[in-house]
Amino acid sequence: MSTGDTFLFLSAFLASGVEFVEALTIVLAAGLARGWRSSLFGLGAATLVLAVVVAVLGPALTAIPLQALRLVVGALLLVFGLQWLRKAILRASGYKALHDEDEIFAREVAEARGVEHVERAGVDWYGFTLSFKGVLLEGLEVVFIVLTFGSAQGSIPLAAAGAAAALVLVAGIGVAVRAPLARVPENAMKFAVGVMLTTFGIFWSVEGAGADWPGSDAALLGVLGFVIVVSLLLVRLLQRERRSVVRAVEVEA
Amino acid sequence: MKRLAAFGRFWWDFVIGDDWLVAALVVVAIGATAVLAVAGVTAWWLLPLAVPGILWLSLRRAIRSA
Repeated sequence: MSTGDTFLFLSAFLASGVEFVEALTIVLAAGLARGWRSSLFGLGAATLVLAVVVAVLGPALTAIPLQALRLVVGALLLVFGLQWLRKAILRASGYKALHDEDEIFAREVAEARGVEHVERAGVDWYGFTLSFKGVLLEGLEVVFIVLTFGSAQGSIPLAAAGAAAALVLVAGIGVAVRAPLARVPENAMKFAVGVMLTTFGIFWSVEGAGADWPGSDAALLGVLGFVIVVSLLLVRLLQRERRSVVRAVEVEA
Repeated sequence: MKRLAAFGRFWWDFVIGDDWLVAALVVVAIGATAVLAVAGVTAWWLLPLAVPGILWLSLRRAIRSA
């Protein structure tokens, strides 16, 4: 397996894993608060819609010339990756609250229990919609990542395999514990996904723009190292800045 | 019309996210890379140089608006 392929599999696995953990929290909340029938129907309906999106977009993407594809996909991934990285850096430096699946789960369950029970075709409508929307939104991100990564690297099946491995793992653990996966190091995973999306975004945008990397595919490792170092430096810088602001406020008080 | 606006807003949020300036600066940086590449100048360094600046700017904006 080449460097690019290994990165492709790992990126798809990590990014999909994070989304599946979030989708699982919503499906569990809908199931426990509104009944498993409606929650599982919502999950199934959203999976069907996602399958149609993949079936339509997958072949369409492979028909686009590789350089144009890498330019568009690279730009999209870079914008996407910088959004993830910004949030991850803000969380790691203390400027934004850490993502807490337990807290989100408790909030979702409380909200779901407070809504009136309306049944349509034998299914609780609120539970169905909550599960459907959650899985569809998180799933769309997985579809976006798998299709863009896979098509730009020339192997949608490998990216899909990464996502499928994450699905099996998250679903397996979810069924076993029937609780949100709060012990998954989700914040660290989101940081890693932000780094990988940004790395691929930079790499493919440069190639798509018609420039060549020194060392060809091996440059991917250099870009990855560079993005990691820059991100960690920014975390350190913001942590220091935040500490001095907190200290100044304490002195004033 | 309302549904169309909601559809547009969904894709804007999905792709562009919280900070439109990031998307705009990324497009400018990639455009500049393409211009250099077409002119036959080595251009791979431009984007790695621009990305930390864009990220820093976006972080400052997020902290200011928090």
